[in-house]
Amino acid sequence: MNFLQPIGRMLLTFLATAGRLTLFTADAVSHVFRPPFYLRILGRQMIDIGYYSLPVVGLTAIFAGMVLALQSFTGFSRFSAEGAVANVVVLSITRELGPVLAGLMVAGRIGASLAAEIGTMRVTEQIDALTTLSTNPMKYMVAPRLVAGVVMFPFLVLVADIIGVFGGYLVAVHRLGFNGANYLQQTYDFLAAEDVNSGLVKAAVFGFIVTLMGCYHGYHSRGGAQGVGTATTNAVVSASILILCFDYVLTEMFFTK
Amino acid sequence: MSQSQPKISLENVHKAFGRKVVLDGLSLDVGVGESVVVIGGSGTGKSVMLKCILGLLHADSGSILVDGEQVIGSNTETRERINHKFGMLFQGGALFDSLPVWENVSFGLLAEKRVNRDEAKELAISKLAQVGLVAEVADLSPSELSGGMQKRVGLARAIAADPEVIFFDEPTTGLDPIMADVINDLIVKTTREVGATALSITHDMASARKIADRVAMLYEGKIIWAGPVADIDHSGNEYVDQFINGRAEGPIQMAVRA
Ligand SMILES: Nc1ncnc2c1ncn2[C@@H]1O[C@H](COP(=O)(O)OP(=O)(O)OP(=O)(O)O)[C@@H](O)[C@H]1O
Ligand SMILES: [Mg+2]
Repeated sequence: MNFLQPIGRMLLTFLATAGRLTLFTADAVSHVFRPPFYLRILGRQMIDIGYYSLPVVGLTAIFAGMVLALQSFTGFSRFSAEGAVANVVVLSITRELGPVLAGLMVAGRIGASLAAEIGTMRVTEQIDALTTLSTNPMKYMVAPRLVAGVVMFPFLVLVADIIGVFGGYLVAVHRLGFNGANYLQQTYDFLAAEDVNSGLVKAAVFGFIVTLMGCYHGYHSRGGAQGVGTATTNAVVSASILILCFDYVLTEMFFTK
Repeated sequence: MSQSQPKISLENVHKAFGRKVVLDGLSLDVGVGESVVVIGGSGTGKSVMLKCILGLLHADSGSILVDGEQVIGSNTETRERINHKFGMLFQGGALFDSLPVWENVSFGLLAEKRVNRDEAKELAISKLAQVGLVAEVADLSPSELSGGMQKRVGLARAIAADPEVIFFDEPTTGLDPIMADVINDLIVKTTREVGATALSITHDMASARKIADRVAMLYEGKIIWAGPVADIDHSGNEYVDQFINGRAEGPIQMAVRA
């Protein structure tokens, strides 16, 4: 019966982690709505997450749009359906690639930096020091970062959508010989508000996931530099997996009514 | 000891990390306005004791009373109310490296909205002067300071909000002897003149003699001796004798092999 032992142990560890994460989430979210609010920190985090992620997100989106136009063109030419390139590009970018690629890229950037920052604060006792200075660390550290993530991710994805479609346009017009005005008209005709909106809702959820994972792993890190390193890795990995997982769940919810 | 209720009263406190027992029935009273120094070997649980009082670690059992109010198992509101009375100097400084020095010093006051940002900076500069740091330091980031300077900023932060009780975890470690004595004087001044209660930890016997009203020695998770500072040289306790004289031979065996 020994082979059951590791399975049981893994199950228990999993349940313990799930419980701790649930409590952490509930606690963090409750602090979002109760004063005092740290607007100065919120502002700084919004700039860090929103503004400074723009280059990463923009570069990802433009290449994604470009390669998408190229791939769909070569793929569809087998069925003489090259005309659908504009449709494919705008639909894939707004529904899927915008939110998911931006989410994953920012998960690497923001998830890692949050986990490292908060983890370092944990192991150097700065979080303990906050408590002794009449400041709740959940309210001061975690709540503003969650809000900044939920607010700024949709903005980033909107930018990614625009740049991604532009990337597709560049390749279609300058490489594949489409007529620019026609391409834009086709894109515009095919674009539905629902596609963009669903992408933005996904983005808000991903923003929550990324900041929550960064804060959670940082907050519970222990054991010096090595512990902070582990926390950083775990934050990025878990955020990326959860993004893909929730992407599926949300897509089910939006498009299979 | 005064007859009135002690400011802090620890009774039979236990704390273990897994199988490692750190505090094993620790009892200690600190009277109002009294300065108690806890001495003891490295790793005996002195910092853990402070963190249990501050609620940063949860003691496994026993009782910790602050002004007669139970700390162990208290809810967040009680906890926060009690913590308002406290100032703490962490052993490692624990300065916020995302904030300039002056915001570190006045952090507690700003958090409680007792001052605006202009007043906070002025106040921080005056507190920094008390620990021997010039005004230019106020705008630096903590990472630009030497270890001893960081310690003094931590000290300034601990006393900035004029707390009723101040905990000093090794206030003079890492300072030169002259600056150490300046800090000793500052601690004496804040406790004797302002009337704050102090619970300090130190390995520095010169400092202990200067700042303590009473000295307590922690060994194997318990307070094995406590008495007025004047008595430490004739405590009649061989553990205390060995510790204050810094002898390698004696009842306390260090876990080293030659
Ligand atoms: N968070 C923790 N997890 C596990 N063990 C811990 C933790 N904190 C402290 N300990 C253990 O508790 C013991 C006491 O630690 P503590 O920091 O209180 O020592 P100390 O008396 O302050 O020593 P020093 O004079 O060197 O600062 C140590 O053996 C340490 O390994
Ligand atoms: Mg210590």
